[in-house]
Amino acid sequence: MKKYIIQSIRLTVVLIVLLCVVYPISVAFMGKMSKGNGGGEKIIKNGKTVGYALLGQSFTKPEYFWGRPSAAGYNAAGSAGSNKGPSNPDYLKDVQSRIDTLLKYNPGIKKSDIPADMVTASGSGLDPNISEAGAAIQVARVAKARKIDEQKVKELVAMNTLKPFMGLFGPSSVNVLKLNLALDEL
Amino acid sequence: MNTELTGIIATFLLTLVIAIPLGMYLAKVFAGEKVWTDFLKPLESGIYKLSGINIKEQMNWKQQMKALMTINLLWLVYGFFVLIFQDKLPFNPDGNPGMTPDLAFNTIISFVANCNLQHYSGESGVSYLSQQYVLMFLQFVSAATGIAAAIVLFKAFRDKTTTELGNFWEFFVKAITRLLLPLSIVVALILTFNGTPSSYEGKDQFISMQGDTVNVSRGPAAQMIAIKHLGTNGGGYFGVNSAHPFENPSYFTNMVELIAQVIIPIAMVIAFGFFIRRKKLGWTIFGVMTIGLFMLLIPMLSSELGGSPALAKMGISQTTGAMEGKEVRFGPAASAYWATVTTIISTGSVNSMHDSTMPMSGTWQLLGMMINSFYGGCGVGLLNYFIYLIVAVFISGLMVGRTPEFLGHKVEAREIKIAAIITLLSPFLILAGTAIASYVFTNYGDAGWAVQPKNWLNNPGFHGFSEMLYEVTSSNANNGSGFEGLGDNNIFWNLLTGVIIFLGRFLPIIGPIAIAGLLGAKKFIPESAGTLRTDTKTFALMTFAVIIVLNALSYFPALALGPIAEYFTMLK
Repeated sequence: MKKYIIQSIRLTVVLIVLLCVVYPISVAFMGKMSKGNGGGEKIIKNGKTVGYALLGQSFTKPEYFWGRPSAAGYNAAGSAGSNKGPSNPDYLKDVQSRIDTLLKYNPGIKKSDIPADMVTASGSGLDPNISEAGAAIQVARVAKARKIDEQKVKELVAMNTLKPFMGLFGPSSVNVLKLNLALDEL
Repeated sequence: MNTELTGIIATFLLTLVIAIPLGMYLAKVFAGEKVWTDFLKPLESGIYKLSGINIKEQMNWKQQMKALMTINLLWLVYGFFVLIFQDKLPFNPDGNPGMTPDLAFNTIISFVANCNLQHYSGESGVSYLSQQYVLMFLQFVSAATGIAAAIVLFKAFRDKTTTELGNFWEFFVKAITRLLLPLSIVVALILTFNGTPSSYEGKDQFISMQGDTVNVSRGPAAQMIAIKHLGTNGGGYFGVNSAHPFENPSYFTNMVELIAQVIIPIAMVIAFGFFIRRKKLGWTIFGVMTIGLFMLLIPMLSSELGGSPALAKMGISQTTGAMEGKEVRFGPAASAYWATVTTIISTGSVNSMHDSTMPMSGTWQLLGMMINSFYGGCGVGLLNYFIYLIVAVFISGLMVGRTPEFLGHKVEAREIKIAAIITLLSPFLILAGTAIASYVFTNYGDAGWAVQPKNWLNNPGFHGFSEMLYEVTSSNANNGSGFEGLGDNNIFWNLLTGVIIFLGRFLPIIGPIAIAGLLGAKKFIPESAGTLRTDTKTFALMTFAVIIVLNALSYFPALALGPIAEYFTMLK
């Protein structure tokens, strides 16, 4: 028994060096060569960081495309889903009020045009994407608020749409942050 | 065919393409045959030498279990103190506080046991020191513990009669050097080059486009995410696990993480067949497990892709499916596939919030964890399946009126008693645990804990009951996922689930190893015409029936009170 205890202690120390020092530091070292230098890819405008490419932001102004509802308020210090169950009456009220808000700010769209992702909270609370249908219902509002042609806005949406992986696997999505940056640059 | 479905089909096929050769490789590694990774031998010799280990020393099953328990208990003590004092120790750039003793108790058991139930949130609850030197360390060694235990079982059936089952330390170290570490390096690099942070920089701050000040938690996440999947641990770096855009940046990384978590459990089954020189048995077990996977996956896909009936009534469009708690870049199909895989193999990482999935999906998730052996966790999945095998052998023996045998060894009263105890342990822990929690919730709602029992549940009604049932089931299965709406960081849940995780981990390791050790030591009886063969389709069907009947009898009432009741109320 005593032998096992001593062997356990020595083995643990050796493995801590291998697994907690050598392994993570060598990965971190090689990660320096990645796009964001291993610290997450930043989006920089006029010398200032305006966001992280992977993290969604809160957009509420009519001239911007809106992202999905977030249980974390898009504050990336933390992350959270709503964890609301599908039959929860309070949750269903929330969804109804999100539908009403969308209908109010996007006159001209029908209820049946609204895709589920625009009225449900994402898993992380930081989802950077919306569906193509989610962007489509906002085009008219954004074009009107910016006094530009709807066709131009549609082109920008198409440019910021990510097709399924290799054209074959998974859903397509629209990156809200990149789309709004592109709008500001017009 | 739609791209969401082709995505999961491709993921599953790629998994097999990697897992099957990996299984053959593992059989050779642990049998000591020549393999291309033998260039790592000097590293291993160095580790043995520094640790004072002589791998030529043979152990019987009891010595194996003593070695296993000794080192696991050591990790419990080490980790407990680091977590409590993390605020006073170095590598804490965000200034996170030390854990309370009950939270540290829960967390350390959870990570030693390969469960990774997390009652803290990664961003604010642990320092970089705890993340790497305790939690990530344990993700490696707990997975290696499970694999080494499974190899001990392999050894018992390789030779005709034997009590010498090899050296535990050798299996344990090789599981790390030949399998977990090299694969982790590959996966961690793929993740970091696709956007997951891997450097040691602390929190960042920026002003968003609309002028909000936003803080961003970062840190060496890629390294931990790689092993959390390969080792079927599941404990994420960030609070929402692999739903977080940093932990899982794209559909491609989602495929990588999905593949990473299943390859070792499948490889272990294939390796079993090759190692004991009964390939057909390995393939038969693999077949039963794969059918089990699809029987849970297909109904889950159908309920998630169908969308929420309550939202459908509101008149919106759900062309892709239910989206609450899911990320747009994965979509409902890949989220449902993930939810199935992570519950059957005890990973417990999530890429969508299970609390918000459709009621019947919750049923399939719970059932996956209750069965806990369709592939199952690293090494331990096969050990759980072994218990079902022994029960099936026993029942078949009774049906045909012969002494039951398994691989040429008589299965007698002692082995059956152990198998029966282990079989009964899960329903006992799950049902008793849920009952106690429900009792406290109804009768002691005002108890002055960090979260008052009356405020535990994030959802009313049947769904609230499911939250408690899920938490306890996940603990017993060493899964670690949760219906995360549950307010679980308080002394009641920390202690209850801590104890359940511990019992649900170590007894189901020791039980099967004891049976294997006892059987392996018995006289070998050559096969004859009267032998009950365990690698036939008939016996596979028998095992499957045993699994379904045992679990249906144990859990149907509890499931009926939770997700199934919710399902019917939503039909109205």
